[in-house]
Amino acid sequence: MKSIHLLITVVTGVFLMLGSLDMADTGDPASPPSTHVSPRYLETGYEETAVPNIVTAVLADYRAFDTLGEVTVIFVGALAVLLILRTDGEDDRP
Amino acid sequence: MSTKSDDIVITTVCRRLAPFVQLFGLYVIMHGHSSPGGGFQGGAILAASFIMLAVAEGPATIGRRFSWRALTGCTSAGVLIYASLGVLCLALGANYLDYAVLPFAEPRSVGMLIIEIGVGITVMAALVSIFRDLLQY
Repeated sequence: MKSIHLLITVVTGVFLMLGSLDMADTGDPASPPSTHVSPRYLETGYEETAVPNIVTAVLADYRAFDTLGEVTVIFVGALAVLLILRTDGEDDRP
Repeated sequence: MSTKSDDIVITTVCRRLAPFVQLFGLYVIMHGHSSPGGGFQGGAILAASFIMLAVAEGPATIGRRFSWRALTGCTSAGVLIYASLGVLCLALGANYLDYAVLPFAEPRSVGMLIIEIGVGITVMAALVSIFRDLLQY
């Protein structure tokens, strides 16, 4: 059984590494991430949002729904720790 | 970790330092849209100030400042602020989390500030809550 787990892990790892070979080079100006939405954010971001920090403009405005998911992850993490560990408290309910 | 530090230098320095750390955390949250920072970073700094106090003065200091109920409520309230701003945008006739319809001079900037505050509340309360839960073991 353990050898099957090891096999699955190794095969998955090999495929993930193969997939990472197709990723665009960091900072490559001709790659799709650098030619599609990034220039538009940089050129029109300040006019549209009136926020000088483009990173925040992308995170909190253009990708606000994604950030809502991140906050929910943190909330659920705290909730999971609470449910597993909290045994006492001011009230009797866990 | 149930004992407090007996060293007067540590307790005094932490107690004097905590307000400045908290002020810096609030600054990072409120200036997230014009300088590096934001809700996640500022919330972590705020939580760090309370964790620092707990390390110096003993774990009971968190219990004196936050009840279980308040911590859990703050953790939920931040997410609620964020999500309800999106619903408010829906009610005003735009897409979910499309701040452009908010009735402010620079609506998208103000919308970002509101959700950064929500994120900051959630991150601060979640980190303190996790720290307080883990302290019992």
